Amino acid sequence: MNHEFSIESRQFNLWYGDFQALFDIDIGIRQGIITALIGPSGCGKTTLLRSVNRINERLGYVRTEGLMKVMQKNILDSDVELAQLRKQVGMVFQRPNPLPLSIRDNILFAHKLHTQSHEKLSRQDENNLVENVLRQVLLWDSVKERLHQKAIDLSLEEQQKLCIARLLPVKPSILLMDEPCSALDPKGTEAVEELLWELRGQYTILIVTHNMAQARRVSDESIFMLMGKLMEHAPTDQMFVTPACKETADYIEGRYG
Amino acid sequence: MFVASELNQHNQKTERLFHFLFALMTILLILPVAVILGVLVVKGGSAISLEFLFTSPSNGMTEGGIFPALIGTIWLVAVALLFSVPLGIAAAVYLSEYANDNWLTRLINLAIINLAGVPSIVHALFGVGAFVLFFQFGTSILAASLTLGIMTLPVVIVASRESMQAVPYVFREACWNMGATRWQTIRRVVLPNSISGILTGVILEVSRTTGETAPIMFTGAAFFLPYLPQGIFDQTMAMSLHLFVISTQVPGVPENLPYGVALVLVVMVLLMNSLSIAFRTYLRNKKKW
Repeated sequence: MNHEFSIESRQFNLWYGDFQALFDIDIGIRQGIITALIGPSGCGKTTLLRSVNRINERLGYVRTEGLMKVMQKNILDSDVELAQLRKQVGMVFQRPNPLPLSIRDNILFAHKLHTQSHEKLSRQDENNLVENVLRQVLLWDSVKERLHQKAIDLSLEEQQKLCIARLLPVKPSILLMDEPCSALDPKGTEAVEELLWELRGQYTILIVTHNMAQARRVSDESIFMLMGKLMEHAPTDQMFVTPACKETADYIEGRYG
Repeated sequence: MFVASELNQHNQKTERLFHFLFALMTILLILPVAVILGVLVVKGGSAISLEFLFTSPSNGMTEGGIFPALIGTIWLVAVALLFSVPLGIAAAVYLSEYANDNWLTRLINLAIINLAGVPSIVHALFGVGAFVLFFQFGTSILAASLTLGIMTLPVVIVASRESMQAVPYVFREACWNMGATRWQTIRRVVLPNSISGILTGVILEVSRTTGETAPIMFTGAAFFLPYLPQGIFDQTMAMSLHLFVISTQVPGVPENLPYGVALVLVVMVLLMNSLSIAFRTYLRNKKKW
């Protein structure tokens, strides 16, 4: 096993009932870089993303086979505690989904979930934590005056940044992003992409995107998927200039989508 | 240009007809409420006084007030709610947040709907059999309130479950993705955001329970008692039964007395309903998503 890999899978297969959505996926995602998952709708990229924190299982009729290692541990093992897994692997959704709480409480939510009552932070420590993560997501200056207002009243861009920020207090090592900019306008998209670069290095980021230009702008490596199979995994520069598969070239050039 | 054709005129005629019909139906709906209230105020208004509210009936229930019945109704409703609200909300939480959609859940849902459709007199007989005789609570506030509680359960469950289901799924998903258990999600996100709907259901049930007569007349409500109940094993008078008794069972009651009792009962119920609506509006304005 290669210890550079934060996420590694071997012969990973996934079925929704009788429908096989992923076929023999072998991936190795290096720690600390941004990897883009690209491919046409229905190719399995979101399914793959959701397999990394096992949130797919909520559906009940999902079956998996193979290995999916997160930080060298096979997360399909029976001794894996999902709460601990999801603490390490944070997820950001297409539509920003801040909880119906204040900005401050949104930030502290995950932290409180994973903290025993006797380890409770003092008010001052909580304030520091909130400021810290809001600074990390480049949101502090615009919201510092209104931490007690509803998070739902923020702009979509700010909401999405908040959704990223609320993952950070529990010190995840991996961030999964499912088309995090698809609900945002170009300015918001640019701001979130800028944020991704800020977070690069500290977190291993796996991002699903439909936007080729975005994949090219933000990612170090890209994975192209088609019909549930991994077609190509290469450094982004290389994939967009000299793709190895014909299918990749066709997709990137927009011949299908 | 732009002159109404024959078809246009015909359509407009039909339009006016239906507009009128629907408005008429709505007015017909409001009319009974207005008439009932009007009659009660006209015929019973003269009976209402502080003395009427705060003294016992006297002279074979043909004079005096309604104090023991008023207190009794409060007892009955309060104990019924203490029983049905926690139980109902717990069941609703299970059905909304934990249960998978399988034959058992569907059977439970069916049972709840059927329970809501059971006539109140049947609940009364069940109450006699189960609480008065089998559990040997005797005819008491406890037995009557448990009977009322079982009657109110389906509505509490359905109202609570529906208001929990109205909390967007994305919030749960967000919580689970941060490693929250179901219970953490329920306590921190689902319940705080559905509490307005749950309370509305509860308060509406309070007003219905207040007026129920059949379930309490065999299980705990008394014809006449010269004293107030001291605990849940005592019998008690109740507004609804008192109204039934003095309107049909006691000779020589002056006409304004039953109307007065009815007026107090209706005003109690209307007050609780208005309270519920005001409360719901308040909570709704507070939450946003």
